[in-house]
Amino acid sequence: MTAADTTTKTQRAPFGQQIRDRWNGLPRQQQWLISIVFIVFLIFLPILNPAGITTEPGTDFPISLFNASRYALIAIGLNVVVGQAGLLDLGYVGFFAIGAYVTALFTSKDSSLHHLPYLACVPIGMAITMFFGLILGIPTLRLRGDYLAIVTLGFGEIVRLMADNVPALKGQVGFQNVGHPPGTRDNGLPIFLQSDGKPWYWLTIGVIIVVLILVGNLERSRVGRAWVAIRDDEDAAEIMGVPTFKFKLWAFVMGAAIGGLSGVIYAGQVGFVNNQKFDPVTSILFLAAVVLGGSGNKVGVILGAFLISYIPDRFTSIAEYKYLIFGCALVVLMIFRPQGLLGARQRLLTYGRQAYQRIAGRPEQLDTGAGALSGDSRSGAMGGGDL
Amino acid sequence: MLLHSASTVLADNGWVSWDVTSLRKLFWYDTVTGLAYGSIYALIALGYTLVYGVLRLINFAHSEVFITGAFAGYFTLKACGFTPGVVPGVGAGEIVAYLVLATGVAMVASALTALVLERVAYQPLRKRGAPSLAFLITAIGASLAIQQAYFIWRGGNPEPSIQLVVKQPEIKIGNTTMDNIQITVIVAAIVLMLVIDTFIRHSRLGRGIRAVAQDATTATLMGVNRERVIMLTFLIGGAAAGLGASLYIMMIPSALVYNGGFILGIKAFTAAVLGGIGNLRGALLGGLLLGLVENYGQTLFGGQWRDVVAFVVLILVLMIRPTGILGESLARARA
Amino acid sequence: MKSSVFVLGATKRNEEEVVLIRRSALAGQSRENPEGNKSVRNSGVRAAVVITALGALVLAGCASKGKKDNTTPPPAGGSSGGASTPSSAPTEALKPVLPAGDGKATCSSGMQLAYIGTINGGNAALGIAERNAMQLAIDQHNAANKGCQVGFKQYDSEGTPDKAPGVVTQAINTKSIIGVMGLPFSGESKATGAAFEQAGLVHITASATNPGLTTNGWKTFFRGLGNDASQGPAAAKFITGQLGAKSVCVIKDDSDYGIGLAKTVSETLGSAQTCTDDVKTGQKDFSATIGKIQQAKPDAVFYSGYYQEAGPFWQQLKQGGYSGKFIGPDGVKDPNFIKLAGQSVAEGVYFTCPCVPADASATFAAQYQAKFGQPPQTYSAEAYDATTVLLQGIDHGSKTRAAELAYVKGYSADGITKHMQWGSNGELAGKIAIWSYIVKGGQIEKLNAI
Repeated sequence: MTAADTTTKTQRAPFGQQIRDRWNGLPRQQQWLISIVFIVFLIFLPILNPAGITTEPGTDFPISLFNASRYALIAIGLNVVVGQAGLLDLGYVGFFAIGAYVTALFTSKDSSLHHLPYLACVPIGMAITMFFGLILGIPTLRLRGDYLAIVTLGFGEIVRLMADNVPALKGQVGFQNVGHPPGTRDNGLPIFLQSDGKPWYWLTIGVIIVVLILVGNLERSRVGRAWVAIRDDEDAAEIMGVPTFKFKLWAFVMGAAIGGLSGVIYAGQVGFVNNQKFDPVTSILFLAAVVLGGSGNKVGVILGAFLISYIPDRFTSIAEYKYLIFGCALVVLMIFRPQGLLGARQRLLTYGRQAYQRIAGRPEQLDTGAGALSGDSRSGAMGGGDL
Repeated sequence: MLLHSASTVLADNGWVSWDVTSLRKLFWYDTVTGLAYGSIYALIALGYTLVYGVLRLINFAHSEVFITGAFAGYFTLKACGFTPGVVPGVGAGEIVAYLVLATGVAMVASALTALVLERVAYQPLRKRGAPSLAFLITAIGASLAIQQAYFIWRGGNPEPSIQLVVKQPEIKIGNTTMDNIQITVIVAAIVLMLVIDTFIRHSRLGRGIRAVAQDATTATLMGVNRERVIMLTFLIGGAAAGLGASLYIMMIPSALVYNGGFILGIKAFTAAVLGGIGNLRGALLGGLLLGLVENYGQTLFGGQWRDVVAFVVLILVLMIRPTGILGESLARARA
Repeated sequence: MKSSVFVLGATKRNEEEVVLIRRSALAGQSRENPEGNKSVRNSGVRAAVVITALGALVLAGCASKGKKDNTTPPPAGGSSGGASTPSSAPTEALKPVLPAGDGKATCSSGMQLAYIGTINGGNAALGIAERNAMQLAIDQHNAANKGCQVGFKQYDSEGTPDKAPGVVTQAINTKSIIGVMGLPFSGESKATGAAFEQAGLVHITASATNPGLTTNGWKTFFRGLGNDASQGPAAAKFITGQLGAKSVCVIKDDSDYGIGLAKTVSETLGSAQTCTDDVKTGQKDFSATIGKIQQAKPDAVFYSGYYQEAGPFWQQLKQGGYSGKFIGPDGVKDPNFIKLAGQSVAEGVYFTCPCVPADASATFAAQYQAKFGQPPQTYSAEAYDATTVLLQGIDHGSKTRAAELAYVKGYSADGITKHMQWGSNGELAGKIAIWSYIVKGGQIEKLNAI
């Protein structure tokens, strides 16, 4: 967050830009290699439990890391909606809740539904959230930016109130003993033990990598280009023949599916689902993760999510003020660094590498790091301003 | 839900009722309560509508402008020596004087908060020509920050209520009565709305507001000071919210808590959209309508569905008539 | 029950000893009185089985006593000791064991007790009231027992099921913690009970009332207060019997506690219940519910929930012109209720509560007030008692989690709120006495035992 304060537009380019340029200048293989090394580091992080970084003695470090990774997954999903397609979704927690509730309903012994293994809930949960994404999206996606934000906020609240009011969803009483992935340890305990965050953390890291690859491919495909077009200027996109409604719906449903997936994982780890923690404030916290890290930039939102989840765990003395701090951070960020800590960048998507190679003689030449999404007040783009 | 009798069960174990009997019985009661609520929604909606009309911005933090007014009014009364839970032994005239004072302070506090918000959160963005979603995110951030500041300051429990006016039934309407507080709320709200409406339609400054709403660039070229108009807009909207806050706390004395404005703000925004955001009379109409619908809805479906009713109405209205009942037309209001 | 005032000093020595004899005879269970008289010491493990078996007997005995008259004196000193007066009868004077114990305890240093629960979360007030009580108990213990200094750790769960697993796991992995007081809410307790079970770490909740918590087969979960099943029928009986209400409206909030309690109340009320309605936690305006009540015109309204909503609710209902009676459970019985409703409005409101009148805990209330600058809140006393049980375990030689767990299992002694003894499922054993209270002159005063 300090970066947000100090890095204003005049002193922006140097450091981050250099790193980014160097990174983009590397051959693909080296990029992969470095990524793998970094991922291996992440995998060993809970075992290393490095002093200074660890959240203990306040909170168990592996579980804290799991929560951070869960937030990261949520942020990646929300980023598809907000960062890539430019649709401000304030009710994202609703999809997360639906994923969690589906898992609870199908695996908890407190539920009267037919019981399924946990893994079966992954596709079911995602399918049901996607369905709800459609239900919400079809009527509302014709609305522009601001209105859409309020309607999605309303949707999130409706989901929460349903959990409250419909007896079958058990309100605050909730569902206990929600299932977890299969497997037992040598001592007979399940591998995915609630009190051991490590397997859950590794699982989530794995899921994040898969989702990143999928979303990355989508982003470089026709769909991704359409999203960028819609985000930057919906009217222009429509005129150029992009079926905006269809692609907005795509983004919404994709985002919903990832939200649902993270809900399924959350329900499995906590082992208990009730109506707490699905409130609008949580939704805004998710949004803060995306905006803070840099909406539109996948690495950025993961960083943002990590900060949102990790900082209150690490610095317990400020936990009480976390919403206050993140609220202020949103304001300050929008004023001084609207693109977030790591802004999204303008770049060619498909065959970009080859194109840059041919034209500029090096793999990629980037626009400024200034979150190149300039948008006028009508465009519904976010994350950048023509500074 | 009532007696489990009149309810047609919509699901296996009757989680939603369709309690027409109850609605028939409580129709007038709901109408009166709904109108009183609607008046408050209308007052808050005014702030949303004005700001939206001029800036095309949903001032998400308007709910915190409201709750600031409520706190200011409350602490004014406290400073005047009234203690929570004790019915004061002073005369009626004096009570009215204190209430007017508290309301005045609430209005000033709200108006100033709105102004500060504009200066701190929105003006810098405007100077940079940020996209509209940046404004919205700033507004959300500001809302969250102010709300949490109140939470840290006052904690999660509502403030013990200071009650100066005791509810007394005054007018008989249908099979229910309207009490003195409800009458005050409705009358005060409508009077203020009329005053503001007249001001915007007939005064020079009001014309400036309309001009900026219509076309900011041209208005600026014609010599309208846009920044001053924006300031004025926030001030008026804030003051209306302050009055709303004071009336609301008079009506529901125990509602003063850090997040007390949040849902109310969303409801008021719904009301503004319902009537046609940007349209002053639409705010009044939308407010009253939402108040009524919500109260009928909660009798019909059960109290726990009240907020759901409001949100569903919002979604339906936006789907069917995205510009609201009276349309977006602060600019088009005739002089 | 006038004589039930608990006095730190020799005046009650007689009774104290009677109780001692009785308990020892019953269960071979040890206990000490506050003056420092030590009785038979016992590891407690041995006694566990015996207690469980005899507990039922004892409490069957109390149940039959069921007296309404609160002036009945407790058994005089010198009456027959032993099982012939098996009266841990709730209406009797409590002889609470205090955290300070006998002041002679010795234990190895480095042992810790932990509070896990909300400190900064949304409903922090409830958690802080418990944490403060625990702090008070441990401070008193450490001040009195120079030879046994127990550490105090606290973890903030924020009261939510998503944050709780992290801190609970941390507590579990902190080997020096041998007992936990918490978690305050049912939701987070459900989310973490299995983890405690796997770790064999004993935890006593002072406020999580959901009946489902004791049906999981967890051996480490203990509930330091009655669950809703005991209060509901008594409250219903009180409303229709003593208050003579023919028609009752049951209003419940959406909390675990409110829903569970309303269910038991409604079942006992049967046809006397003429209307119900739901409100939400955090709701501020109750016009819909008030409209329904005005239509139904019941003799009495029972509010199943917490004071935060009950105060404003009753204020609005009363000002809406309702003239019947208002009854709230322990979640409503709180000085804050009177503050929120307003003193004149709260006047004459009834409460039911599975808590013995404040006489016994007057000292505690004063000490709490002195230390934290405010009177104890709902569940402070329960938390104090729960902590006392854990501290007693350490005083009696528990060095490991297993020993502490076994000690708590076999515990049987009075606390300031009630007799503390658990059944095998972690519920307080036997019937909990339910008392009625009334608001008089802005104060909550005891009425009688139901």
